[in-house]
Amino acid sequence: MPIKWLNRISAIVLSAGLLSIAARAEVTLLNVSYDPTRELYQDINAAFAKRWEASAKEKVVIKQSHGGAAKQARAVIDGLEADVVTLALAYDIDEIAARGKLLPKEWQKRLPHNSSPYTSTIVFLVRKGNPRAIKDWPDLVKPGLSVITPNPKTSGGARWNYLAAWGYALKANGNDEGKAREFVTKLYKNVPILDSGARGSTTTFVERGIGDVLLAWENEALLAIKELGPEKVEIVVPSVSILAEPPVTVVDKVVDKRKTRKVAEAYLEFLYSPEGQDLIGKNFYRPTLAEVAARYEKQFPKVALFNIEDVFGGWQKAQKTHFADGGLFDQIYQKQ
Amino acid sequence: MSRTARVLPGFGLSLGYTLAYLSLIVLVPITAVFSKAASLSWPEFWSVVTAPRVLASYRLSFGASLLAAGINTVFGLLLAWALVRYRFPGKKLVDALVDLPFALPTAVAGIALTALYAKNGWLGQYLEPLGIKVAFGPLGVLVALIFIGLPFVVRTVQPILEDLDTEIEEAAATLGARRWQTFHRVVLPILLPALMTGFALAFARAVGEYGSVIFIAGNIPMVSEITPLMIVTKLEQYEYASATAVAVVMLVFSFLLLLAINALQTWTAKRTGRQV
Repeated sequence: MPIKWLNRISAIVLSAGLLSIAARAEVTLLNVSYDPTRELYQDINAAFAKRWEASAKEKVVIKQSHGGAAKQARAVIDGLEADVVTLALAYDIDEIAARGKLLPKEWQKRLPHNSSPYTSTIVFLVRKGNPRAIKDWPDLVKPGLSVITPNPKTSGGARWNYLAAWGYALKANGNDEGKAREFVTKLYKNVPILDSGARGSTTTFVERGIGDVLLAWENEALLAIKELGPEKVEIVVPSVSILAEPPVTVVDKVVDKRKTRKVAEAYLEFLYSPEGQDLIGKNFYRPTLAEVAARYEKQFPKVALFNIEDVFGGWQKAQKTHFADGGLFDQIYQKQ
Repeated sequence: MSRTARVLPGFGLSLGYTLAYLSLIVLVPITAVFSKAASLSWPEFWSVVTAPRVLASYRLSFGASLLAAGINTVFGLLLAWALVRYRFPGKKLVDALVDLPFALPTAVAGIALTALYAKNGWLGQYLEPLGIKVAFGPLGVLVALIFIGLPFVVRTVQPILEDLDTEIEEAAATLGARRWQTFHRVVLPILLPALMTGFALAFARAVGEYGSVIFIAGNIPMVSEITPLMIVTKLEQYEYASATAVAVVMLVFSFLLLLAINALQTWTAKRTGRQV
């Protein structure tokens, strides 16, 4: 008797499940992204879904996945069906192209601005009133100062931090590689903790009260001030920093298989539209569209930006020289 | 070879099942690890697994794990003793608390311990002025490993202690043994195999632990990086083969250590005249 009942119940549950699948005949997209874009894509997804339903008469549900950029890229290589990827740096998408063969090698040329609808940079977050009087990069290597930044081996944001420091040192010393290395070595001597991701470092700095200065994404820093209030931390903008270009792309193999290319491409184009750009500015990323950027001008401090192409010859090269095993970052710690 | 007659049949079936099950659950994944690592040439393999950062991580991982398991053995025995031999209010509660490190997600444990021992935490604010830096250093790793390894010794020793009649101790006393002699000549030899099992389990768990340690270690190269972190780091750099190379070294190390502990256990059991 109980088994009969069990059968009946499971039959009901099963058919209910099938029905609900049938009722939800709509297109879904999976956007695999990096850590700090959570809030941005929540806004973008809601706005795009409304747009798409009005123009294409089709319901679209966008699922988001967030995590460290390299981990996310690995998941896609290993078979996570991402229609679009929006990651922290081009190198991770290059790896999806090279190892997973899921999209063409020249993916970054397909959309404007190196496929980066928004940019950001690296700034300093210090404690209220700036008690250690930190103004620019040279202040970070003063003895006794404590600097918080994540591990460049595991965090995309940390790689931008490292390259920003290296780029500054090159510029300040007339492109002397040796001097740059000395500067960055001294800087990392002042780092007591290397968290595995950018959010982890923010927690260490803000919640645990460790460190005098946090190297952070500009958008993370602005978000931290919004969440914590300006009475706890403030931003210091260095004289020069790096132009961080987090790129986006459609994953060709996946959208062709799932027949979602049209909506996926529209989704990325929406990021470049005035409406998308406005949401980008609202979420503290720098818009690339001039008219929208002008509107958010006050939010972003003026800072001289250099890009990775000019100073480091692109991500592939930077990764190999600096972050690969035995690279310059390893040498900083091994030559003691 | 004489075969002892058994009441319940099924030796062939159960052995076959055991082997098939072990292969499926344990051997196949391990073979995958070894075959991936084999894609490296021998000099490549060697340079990956003997890089200075990796060597430093073995020292920390295996050193802290052995130490943590040792500490847990001493205090686990004490805890088990108190739980079995004495009655006190709240005993059931304490008994349940022992299992908490099993149930708690390791990341939660790591975050809680970090919050506790950071310089603005409940304990950290008193320890740091004394010059004791727990969070974000090797000591923090030890604390996390002690935390997650606690239940193993308690739970392996407890049933043996429950079976151990106090009459044996009384007999020893009537025969003129002093208290210390009773403990270390009579009680300890009986408990020793269980203690070793507990030690081995706590050690094995500690070596592989990632979630809780990562938050409290500080992860500074050459100082406070654990071996599992080195593996994850290599994966994040898409170096699958070198990641598995380090994993293989860890596996072999752990296996040898566990084998040694098992051998020691058999030896002590024989010495005390018990069947294993």
